Amino acid sequence: MRWKGLVLPFVLVACWELASRADLIPLQTMSRPSDIIAAWWTDLSTGVLLTATVQTLQATLFGFLIATAIGILTGLFVGLSSTARLMISPSLEALRPVPPVALIPLSLLLLGFGVSMEAAVVAFACVWPILIATTAAVKASDPRLHEVAQILEFNSFSYARKFVLPAALGRIGVGMRTGLGIALVAAVTVEIVVNPRGLGYSLIIAQQSLHPDSMYAQLLWVGVIGSTLNYWLMKFDHRVLRLYAGRALR
Amino acid sequence: MIKSVALSLVVPTLLLAAWQLAASGGFLSVAYFPAPSRTFDALWGLIATGALWGPLGATSLRMLEGWILASILGIGLGSLIGSSGSAMEYLQPIVEFLRPLPASAIIPAAILLFGLSNEMALLVISFGSIWPVLLGTLHGISAIEPRLKEVSATLEMSPASYLYRVAIPSAQVDIFTGMRISLAIALILTVVVEMQAAQPGLGQNILLAQRMYRSPELYAGIVVLGIFGACSDRILTAMEMRLMRWKHVRKR
Repeated sequence: MRWKGLVLPFVLVACWELASRADLIPLQTMSRPSDIIAAWWTDLSTGVLLTATVQTLQATLFGFLIATAIGILTGLFVGLSSTARLMISPSLEALRPVPPVALIPLSLLLLGFGVSMEAAVVAFACVWPILIATTAAVKASDPRLHEVAQILEFNSFSYARKFVLPAALGRIGVGMRTGLGIALVAAVTVEIVVNPRGLGYSLIIAQQSLHPDSMYAQLLWVGVIGSTLNYWLMKFDHRVLRLYAGRALR
Repeated sequence: MIKSVALSLVVPTLLLAAWQLAASGGFLSVAYFPAPSRTFDALWGLIATGALWGPLGATSLRMLEGWILASILGIGLGSLIGSSGSAMEYLQPIVEFLRPLPASAIIPAAILLFGLSNEMALLVISFGSIWPVLLGTLHGISAIEPRLKEVSATLEMSPASYLYRVAIPSAQVDIFTGMRISLAIALILTVVVEMQAAQPGLGQNILLAQRMYRSPELYAGIVVLGIFGACSDRILTAMEMRLMRWKHVRKR
């Protein structure tokens, strides 16, 4: 029954609009829904919104790709070799509790404003689920595979590439899915805090230049992008799970 | 054991030693990569002069307030929604829209509504950290053993006492897990609010240290935040182990 879900938002927006037209809500803090839609249309048709969206998604993707590369490589390394695990894991565990946003000033100091400082913070924020998923998946790989690889005299590189990675791919995918969700949140956060580009920054600017209608329009837009991304990622999860379930049945 | 401790210290020691040598040899710019010894001096200075405790206290107080608010609201809303059969059907789209929304994106709206105040900070922190508690509570309540429901129906328990005596206790493992994730999110958002909306605390301090190119203080601040994050998570994990001891006993 999907229509039930639409009742509450519709009623809320209608009440908001009516209360606003009856001057019960100050327009400086809570814009009227009709004004918000108009501002959204203006921002969309002038291209402001799309440019900001592209900038945010660019940094999101860039940081996510760095995190994927680092996460999978480190995860393979740590998962395959127990010496590497002993040597590196404690250092990683020491880094993990650092709130990613605490690195914003450092990243700004080292890289200056722009896409790279944003991507660096995004990468730090979203590397952990990928790294943890890869390590766990690699550690859980069937010991018989290792024996087969030894009999076939594979070196560790081709063992990792031909045996471990394909077997671990599903779980790595789930880690990456979590990471991508975090990446978008981190990108918007960096823009809100310091970086003068993207959706986060245009939200702040709309608020500071006293355009609350445009600010709310952009806030809703960020929400739409976030939930669209989340929807796709959920679908991806279901697909991976079904693949796994299918494999188990065979 | 000793071997593993020694091995785990090799990498950080080598890295820090190389960094120290490169910085004191002039190979690294001190403006960007101050020698670890200078970061340590800055950290020690903050502790010795007592300049650390004010911001640290402000940050932890704000984080705790936001987290407690989020926990109360999350458990309350979660058990209300979870105990009503049809509430979720009405609320699902709103939850699916709000949950992936980056919490920091509501900062401008929160500033409009509350100004640069502590209420604004609490709104942002609790909005962002409510989701794990809320969804944990919902999950815990929906996973209650059906026989418990039947028993409480037979005993003619009122909905309130069912919630208080059956639902929340049996959902407490999920609730606590949610609260632990919430605490990490609350710390992140506390730092964000301090940096973006000029609230005093560690977040503001490290941003100011960067603006004034005091990099040792910046690094020291990051170290403090890392230790703080690790400690708060450890404390909650220890509490969880203690409170949920029955769970491990029962499994055996």
